[in-house]
Amino acid sequence: MATLFGSGIKRREDPRLITGKATYTDDVKLPRMLYAVVLRSTYAHATLKKVDVAKAKKAPGVIAVYTGADVKDKLNTVPCAWNVPNCDLKVPPHPPLATDKVRYVGDGIAIVVAESRAAARDALDLIDVDYDALDAVVDPEKATQKGAPQLHKEVPNNVAFTWKVAGGDVAKAFAEAPVTVEQRILQNRLLPTAMEPRAACATYNSGTGQLTCWVTSQNPHIHRFLLSVMTKLPEHRIRVIAPEVGGGFGSKIPCYADEALVSFASMELGRPVKWTEDRSENYKVTTHGRDHVEYVAMCGTKDGKITGLRTRVYAGLGGYASTAAPGIPTIMHGLMLSGPYAIPNIDGTVYGVYTTTTPVDAYRGAGRPEATFLLERMIDLYARKIGMDPVEVRRKNLIPKDKFPYTVATGITYDSGNYQGALDKALSLVDYKKFRAEQAKARKEGRYLGIGVTTYCEICGLGPSQVAGAVGFGGGLYDSALVRVYPTGVVRAYIGAKPHGQGEETTFAQIVADEFGLPVENVEVVAGDTETTPQGWGTYGSRTTAVCGSAVKIAAQRVKEKAKKIAAHLLEASEADLEWKDGKFMVKGSPDKGKSFAELALMANVAWNMPPGVEPGLEATAFFDPSNFVYPFGTHICTVEVDAETGETKILRYVAVDDCGPQINPMIVDGQVHGGVIQGLGEALQELAVYDEDGQLLTGTMMDYAVPRASQMPRVETAHTVTPSPVNPLGVKGVGETGTIASVPTLVNAVCDALAPLGVTHIDKPLTPARVWAAIQQARGGKQ
Amino acid sequence: MKRPITLNVNGAARTVEVEPRALLADVLRDELDLTGTHIGCDTSQCGACTVHLDGRAVKSCTVLAVQAEGRAITTIEGLTPHGGLHPLQQAFWEKHGLQCGFCTPGMIMTAADLLARNAKPSESEIRHALEGNLCRCTGYQNIVAAIQFAAGAR
Repeated sequence: MATLFGSGIKRREDPRLITGKATYTDDVKLPRMLYAVVLRSTYAHATLKKVDVAKAKKAPGVIAVYTGADVKDKLNTVPCAWNVPNCDLKVPPHPPLATDKVRYVGDGIAIVVAESRAAARDALDLIDVDYDALDAVVDPEKATQKGAPQLHKEVPNNVAFTWKVAGGDVAKAFAEAPVTVEQRILQNRLLPTAMEPRAACATYNSGTGQLTCWVTSQNPHIHRFLLSVMTKLPEHRIRVIAPEVGGGFGSKIPCYADEALVSFASMELGRPVKWTEDRSENYKVTTHGRDHVEYVAMCGTKDGKITGLRTRVYAGLGGYASTAAPGIPTIMHGLMLSGPYAIPNIDGTVYGVYTTTTPVDAYRGAGRPEATFLLERMIDLYARKIGMDPVEVRRKNLIPKDKFPYTVATGITYDSGNYQGALDKALSLVDYKKFRAEQAKARKEGRYLGIGVTTYCEICGLGPSQVAGAVGFGGGLYDSALVRVYPTGVVRAYIGAKPHGQGEETTFAQIVADEFGLPVENVEVVAGDTETTPQGWGTYGSRTTAVCGSAVKIAAQRVKEKAKKIAAHLLEASEADLEWKDGKFMVKGSPDKGKSFAELALMANVAWNMPPGVEPGLEATAFFDPSNFVYPFGTHICTVEVDAETGETKILRYVAVDDCGPQINPMIVDGQVHGGVIQGLGEALQELAVYDEDGQLLTGTMMDYAVPRASQMPRVETAHTVTPSPVNPLGVKGVGETGTIASVPTLVNAVCDALAPLGVTHIDKPLTPARVWAAIQQARGGKQ
Repeated sequence: MKRPITLNVNGAARTVEVEPRALLADVLRDELDLTGTHIGCDTSQCGACTVHLDGRAVKSCTVLAVQAEGRAITTIEGLTPHGGLHPLQQAFWEKHGLQCGFCTPGMIMTAADLLARNAKPSESEIRHALEGNLCRCTGYQNIVAAIQFAAGAR
């Protein structure tokens, strides 16, 4: 029987999505439901002197108005759940509504609950807030300097933590190295921009003491846990439902004050309360990504051997420490500083810094794009300095394929890899030598062609849980599946993760259907409701397939083992004499004696004739905790032509060769690569969240923040190599974030390569035409 | 002050009481429970709320409900009045033209408008036609492929 594993079948989740029949959180409508809106600070940093809600309370349709003072004894503060150890982390209290001070434009001040959205919004304008403005500071490096405005009295110099990673002897490496390159690198602040804004809808039943909260969540079990912390309700009385979720990209991992506020309002008022942010609120309140100021130095030999890497990173955290924020620039960034290279000496320091800006948390790639970017950028600078082809420098430093598992200087151990294989494949797809020849010819004609080559590896498939605990992550990193077989032989798999576009309702059904020899239509995958799904830890860090998919596989195997016992009993044979063939357990050598999966499902569920000691029913739960992370890798190559007169970059080709291990559904894998690459090209070319000196977000709507459009972006050519991981039963890695990890340096390096003849060495991203043009002018020695 | 208006939505006359300032997108979603039309921004950039007004694609967040009085509105739910899938819905499914699905109804409504005006658009014409519809998941590649597929199937 042909397996479904490896087949690019159409997605099972699509029919409801293409017909408008899916239910997203804002689509939830309950009897007697009220609508909430939140009054947000218009100042980046100010003392709250007075919040007068008297007029708003009397406005038509308004049921209640609550301020920080009203909720401060009823709700706990918004927790940070990644308490990275050994770095003196300071997490000051984050009140759900501000009481004495606001710390970013968007900080919540009051919540209005009314009979309609319009009534709630109208009433918002009637609230009088008396602010005493304080100075703002938006740059994470400047925020640490003497005299900078102080956000939290318990955090001197705004430094939330100082985290270090070191391996080898960096001082010696730099002292002895003949070649050193240095560069200041800015990781532009980004707005994640999931197309569905965040929303929460809560309904509390005082009779049962039960709270149900629909939340736009990538991880409903984490939200249940943290909602319990914030609302003080016991966790078993909270049901979190993440229904259809319209993209997340990390911004729907954190717990926010908003879901606690609607829960509180529902508990107070005895009616369902729904809140949905609009886009400008989303840009001000929902977490941002990146925002690093980095000082990087790399050293090596004259013939291309990298001997040391030193980084000093100021990572902006925003006004408060969001749920996973401390872990992103440290564990997810600092530990990946070796990339796919054998760099013997590494020393990194990361300062997490509070600034009067929206909190920063995970954003697609979360730390690894920043690590990959700085490394790839430095390698190109180094290659240029020693006059060596950047591909050759990479090749010289890649970890050889026979060295896995390989422990890098930062202390983590990569599971498997064949970096040279992916590099060779990508180079041949673009015909690297031919392009270099074309480039040389074009240069003579005064045209600027460039090529960027990124060899990357990344850490994903987050677990194991033991490591999660050791690095201060406030939860486990296993995942789970309950596979339940119905009497008629159809199956549901309830999973702990929460896909929101990545297609696991299909790929996990493929796993189960293969195990049982069923058509994929007979398997449904259910996610997102904490009432029905076993404890899991959500969808982020490209972990769902490697961790939760493995749990699905193991649970299905357990079901099958039980089915085999029943088959043996019914066939009066020993289990050892049975073989699984074409969806049936057959007695070896007796082609007429067998039991189909459907027959066994019925017999297990009616239990008329069970083997002695075997319980009725046919279902199994598995919790899978991997023994290590997985490390996908690949090579991305981009060719560009830059118009030196206008600074415009035209992408000629984009080739992505990714190795995520065996692919369950290649169509879905390619879709993940396309989306990730384009999102990364947005970061490289045009996306930038801009604050002015007063902490006002200037890119506060989609008119100002440059989300990539169809007409601006190229086609992506995808190809793959396949190197299984030894750390899970499927051998799979992850592919959800490879695009944003690899594409950013690929594009920037291509542009810098194109402009090399003009003497341009580095341009801060995003490479807007204005910035590229200015860099050209500067390199030419002219004034901008 | 609310006033009654009658809209012809997906072939049926629907009378609703709306404030003059009410946006068509909100009325479709909140009053008529047609939640397949999504709202992804407040500045008419994202196109998730695209519906057809008298056969042409419009962003329903940029139309007052009262402006639509007496006019024919088609939403994603009404694309195939006799059931089944529209060729574009089928094509988005075939070509993996969606991931999280939030932008998809708007994408399909815009694409339907495009194909009604230009039966065989080039890739660049398709990409240009999608200027007003944002997708954060797919990188647009398979959306373009889906629209080409639907055009080819006609």
